[in-house]
Amino acid sequence: MAAAMPQFVPQPAASRLLLSGNEAVARAVWESGCRVAAAYPGTPSTEMLEVISTYPDIYAEWSVNEKVSLEVAIGAAFAGSRSFCAMKHVGMNVASDALMTLTLTGVVGGLVIAIADDVGLSSSQNEQDSRYWGRFAHLPMFEPADSQEAYEMTKLAFDFSEKFQVPVILRMTTRINHVKALVTVGERVAHAATGFKKEPARWVMTPAGASKRIPLMFERDNALRAEAEVSPLNLVETGKDRRVGFVSSGPAWMHVRESFPDAPALKLGFSCPVPIEKIRAFAATVDQLVVVEEVEPLVEMELKAMGIECHGKDILPRQGELAPNILKPAIAKLLGEPEPQGASQHMRPLGRATPVPASVFPRPPTMCVACPHLGVYYTLSQLKNITISGDIGCYTLGAGHPWNALDTTISMGASMGIAMGLDKGRSEADKDKRILAVIGDSTFLHMGMQGLLDIVYNGGNVTVMLLDNRAVGMTGGQANPGSGKGIHGQETPRVDFAKLVESLGVKKERIHVVDPYQLPVLFKTIREEIKVPEVSVIITDQPCVLIDDYKKQQPFEVIDDKCTGCGNCVDVGCPAIHVTRREKVIKPSGKEVELQFVNIETTACTGCGLCVQPCAPEAIVHADLTKPMRLVRH
Amino acid sequence: MSDSNVTNILVVGIGGQGVMTATEILAEAAIALGHDAKKTEVAGMAQRGGVVSSHLRFGPKVLSPQIMAGTADLLVGFEAAEAMRWCHMLKPGGLVLMNTARLVPPVVDIGLYEYPDDPIAEIKSRGYQVHAFDAMAIAMELGDVRLGNTVMLGAMADHLPFPPQVLLDAILKRFSARKPHMVEANRKAFEAGREADKNSSKSKQTEAA
Repeated sequence: MAAAMPQFVPQPAASRLLLSGNEAVARAVWESGCRVAAAYPGTPSTEMLEVISTYPDIYAEWSVNEKVSLEVAIGAAFAGSRSFCAMKHVGMNVASDALMTLTLTGVVGGLVIAIADDVGLSSSQNEQDSRYWGRFAHLPMFEPADSQEAYEMTKLAFDFSEKFQVPVILRMTTRINHVKALVTVGERVAHAATGFKKEPARWVMTPAGASKRIPLMFERDNALRAEAEVSPLNLVETGKDRRVGFVSSGPAWMHVRESFPDAPALKLGFSCPVPIEKIRAFAATVDQLVVVEEVEPLVEMELKAMGIECHGKDILPRQGELAPNILKPAIAKLLGEPEPQGASQHMRPLGRATPVPASVFPRPPTMCVACPHLGVYYTLSQLKNITISGDIGCYTLGAGHPWNALDTTISMGASMGIAMGLDKGRSEADKDKRILAVIGDSTFLHMGMQGLLDIVYNGGNVTVMLLDNRAVGMTGGQANPGSGKGIHGQETPRVDFAKLVESLGVKKERIHVVDPYQLPVLFKTIREEIKVPEVSVIITDQPCVLIDDYKKQQPFEVIDDKCTGCGNCVDVGCPAIHVTRREKVIKPSGKEVELQFVNIETTACTGCGLCVQPCAPEAIVHADLTKPMRLVRH
Repeated sequence: MSDSNVTNILVVGIGGQGVMTATEILAEAAIALGHDAKKTEVAGMAQRGGVVSSHLRFGPKVLSPQIMAGTADLLVGFEAAEAMRWCHMLKPGGLVLMNTARLVPPVVDIGLYEYPDDPIAEIKSRGYQVHAFDAMAIAMELGDVRLGNTVMLGAMADHLPFPPQVLLDAILKRFSARKPHMVEANRKAFEAGREADKNSSKSKQTEAA
């Protein structure tokens, strides 16, 4: 976590290090003499800035959102500094407003923008292809295939950016960002800022100014395409099996080389603009051309438009990663061969069919033991006649079991506007439904404030739950302006959320700050506020259990004899509570109910006390710490 | 080892168990011997108790970081049901080293799903070999449940294409740098893990006899 990270001494040049793609980029950013780096956390991009912040001689910040982070990097590049900004794929949706005009001004100091696509959706709300931004914004794009390339391409990107006075996009995917591989690192070379030079025709993008820059952008397109045609980043590996030649980039390149070691293949390292003539010449040397690109058929469409015959998404999936288990059968089918038995005959000498996974329960991500959100979702799950507009963060998990207390999730900050729309667009049948929005502190500051302002300004009837846990929880507890700490753990002004929402126009009597571990208070406050026909904000004020602010308490345990099996504590959803025995009983009313007798894993419990509150028989008590801690087994 | 001279080791468990760290230490040992290595997992939300499967491939040259189903040389399960979930990744007849600890997720506690009765039997029924032991109990006996990670590494030590000492060195190097007071405890945990693996393979032979 950034807060606890001490300044470290970088490993010497020529060291061979096992680095993730993110760590490799961070090293390269530092070696390149970059002076300013900014980002908003987002999986799988987070560690780039996190690691950069540990290097000396570089200003690093967690920005409030991706657009601001890009703007900070742009300003630094205008001032003649090398600058860097990183974001996950959806971050660029937020930042693109700046990007689309930045392409007209270009830069002075080298500017590298790393965009991390979550191919395979390990932790994202969609799977989009950031290679479009290179086309849309007329910017050059480099695509590394492993950590060493991520390192080298980042360094090249800074030089390239300065040579062409254009920002360079480094397109990564989860399978680059989070894979650890060997990297040989080098020396840092300092680059002093050259200074901001007033040049209104270039830096002030009025319609008159911008219209003069557009033809220059087209000229630059031509220069970049010529460069891509000859760039050593676009390389051809020859092969003796010429039945199929492959064009590929990023992690898919490694899968192609792994699967078809004897086939000719063209690697797109500098993938935008596409080196059409290089590919045309390559296509002429093979019987059939197959474009292996993850997600969208971008290169395939461009090749087809230029009259180069190829296969691509007609034989390969448009979603997810293109690993050897997908590539091999697809190519065998194309060649009219029997599908390979198993993942690979080469690797599976016995040639058995691909083994089928055993059927095991799913293990979805859960909220942490003692998470302050548990109390909120336990309470929300008890409320009827309510629609809950959710947002992006750990609290999105409230949509899952046992709470099932979240009805929509779209994008960062969207809980506010969507709640407003649910209110204003309600049907006659829903006229008595309460609309509630749930958002975290960092998401609120990222993009939620504007939505709340809209609700206030336009008279929405929404109860907002602002879950302030002082951290960006889902990505590992990074700091934000609500933390009172900066990226290095340094003290910063802390946003006062109650004052903030009051200044946006929420009535003072409609703002409540509540301890989310106090269930009766929380329940009463929510129930009262949803009845009030105007906007209210309920702020919870306990820290994320993953950050230093959280203080562990004495754990609890269950007195077995006292547990009646009511299951109320299970509804809290804490992963430290385990059902040890189930029993079906017929109540006096004749209704059959299933009793759930429980235990608490005392080694995991941190004593938040949430489960104690709904336990009527008072079966949950502080654990006797003189006895060995309990590991619950089944 | 498969034909390609690349060794595939799959380490699985749940978020927070130290699966990724264990695999990284294993990778460092392979690198110390001059191997190329790649380690990968998809664990975006693993910190939240989700499934973690960490792939390590090492050898003279590694291209794709991902292990394909049916090609893992060794499967190391930090949790019983997770070992079962991933056993199809092993090569036919391959070895599973597994912790018998059963970590039950909330979806099972609330009664939506069942925890498998006997993961070890399920794995064996598919023709794989199993060395099972209670790594958490061993760690608790050594005085710290967090040593479970090193116990698991110790259990792997005699099933790698390099001497156990190389792995031990990698572990101790890491702890000397970060937590020097934990070096001795980890050395003991490593040996306890080796012992547990040996005993579990012995007891299996007795069963067979």
